[in-house]
Amino acid sequence: MNLEVALRKNYGKFQLKVEFSLTAKHCGIFGPSGSGKSTLMHLLAGLLKPDEGRIMLAGRELFNSSRNLNVPPEERRIGVVFQHAHLFPHMSVRRNLLYGWRRTPLAERLIDPEALIRVLQLDHLLDRGVNALSGGERQRVALGRTVLACPRLILMDEPLSGLDEELKYQIMPYLKKVFGEFDVPLLFISHSLHEMRMMADEVLVFEAGEVRDRLPAEELARRNLVTGSRGYANLLTLSAPQPQGDLWLYRWGETPLVLTEPGGMGDNVFELAAKDITLFKRHPEASSARNILPCRVTELFGVGNRIGVELDCGGNRLICQIVPESVRELDIREGAEVIGVIKASAFRRLY
Amino acid sequence: MLTLSPQDIQAIWLSAQVATAATLISVPFGFVAAYLLVFARVPGKPLLEGLINLPLVLPPVVVGYLLLLLFGQSGMLGAMFHSLGLRVVFTLSGAVIASAVVGFPLLVRSIRTGMEDIDKRYLQASRTLGARWWDTLLTIILPLSGRAVLAGMTLMFARSLGEFGATIILAGNIPGVTQTIPLAIYEYTNTPGGDRMALTLCLVSIVLSFAVLLVSESISRKFRQRAGQ
Repeated sequence: MNLEVALRKNYGKFQLKVEFSLTAKHCGIFGPSGSGKSTLMHLLAGLLKPDEGRIMLAGRELFNSSRNLNVPPEERRIGVVFQHAHLFPHMSVRRNLLYGWRRTPLAERLIDPEALIRVLQLDHLLDRGVNALSGGERQRVALGRTVLACPRLILMDEPLSGLDEELKYQIMPYLKKVFGEFDVPLLFISHSLHEMRMMADEVLVFEAGEVRDRLPAEELARRNLVTGSRGYANLLTLSAPQPQGDLWLYRWGETPLVLTEPGGMGDNVFELAAKDITLFKRHPEASSARNILPCRVTELFGVGNRIGVELDCGGNRLICQIVPESVRELDIREGAEVIGVIKASAFRRLY
Repeated sequence: MLTLSPQDIQAIWLSAQVATAATLISVPFGFVAAYLLVFARVPGKPLLEGLINLPLVLPPVVVGYLLLLLFGQSGMLGAMFHSLGLRVVFTLSGAVIASAVVGFPLLVRSIRTGMEDIDKRYLQASRTLGARWWDTLLTIILPLSGRAVLAGMTLMFARSLGEFGATIILAGNIPGVTQTIPLAIYEYTNTPGGDRMALTLCLVSIVLSFAVLLVSESISRKFRQRAGQ
């Protein structure tokens, strides 16, 4: 993506004033509700007219107040996945999916509908009316509909926030697969840090109508260790689940991990809070925790009474959160060898 | 025993013709007017709205008289029609025009309400998917306001069946040419011993209106099922 934006928009008492350029393939816009994320989405898509400024996408000028240029939404080739799907209620799933595709010039139809329908697992729903679909299915159709219009950029405006916690993470693999397999730039708008980390490489942090920061998603998550209430969460992709007594044995790269969570049909992505990892200087001979991992400290970060410790556990990266006293007592510094201890019940399945 | 004279049957047939023609002719104009009022950014919208709704608040006789002035031989449109060899006053066309003008506001109101109920985000979605305004109009707005169009047509058809004041002024009360059911009833009530015939036509009128409502309701249900609402 090559997106250059410099815009100002007054909206009642609220003012949006942004200037940024993005080059990463998958970017995120992160911020609390009311920070101007959705307004920006509407301005970019052409659904709202900025007071002044300029928008350039892939070398093409879409808006320029000084030249009085305002390309209408239907000519911008910017796709939007709305928060609440907004599928056309009088059309079947198939007609919804192909709505944009049929309006795309032949030379620009770069995505094969069959392939996308397979990835989104919508084959069996094609002839249904959209009102009979579940929330997750609706959002998958909405995603498919937008991707099939073969846009130059897809804007996703809080696409998961209308879904309940469980469904949210069921959609995630589809999202990742679609944006992994089909080459479409993405601007993902959300107030969820997890979603940012899963979908975006680079993140713009919005606050009160302005861009406050710009950083990689991982960096944003680390900052949360210091300032956020929930701290840092490690996202682990585990494989090959095997039952082991009442517990389950997974592989994390080369490292075996024991979890209470049973193996599922999905990708086995788990969340592990940084504060649920305890560090020992030496191997605790006996422990109730099921996972005792030898690790090497690669980095220390954080301020105040929260210190983040980046660990290398057999080639895998893990962040653990401890207090400064522990850092001193255990003499934790870069290169130090420590033992990370994790309870089998500390992992929470995302999908 | 209720019996219908050949003149009654003619009146019923004329009523059906006038109401159908007036409704069908008005639908495209009504749809465009409603679209302009709801979606278009045109100057003078309140004026347009007032003009469309005027026949709703004016006495039909006044509407009829104004139409007579407009379509009379010295009227603006009348002269033009005359040069084309067409006549409106005291003809079936006159009855259709009178019905169309009086029923038009009801049609527009109904379609407009339906269009206002369409979630604007469907229109945003269609535009970001590459549909131009006319494409959005045909593929999103038209199907989603289908029920409202139908409801408006029903209202207008029923209003046309009952239209009296404007019709009698513009088209007169000529049996077999412009005499519709209400005009025929009016004539019967002015004829000694015509009460029974008037009552018969009243019953026909009730049956006709009821049939229109039933048909419209069943079509509307189909629309609802299709839209899953």
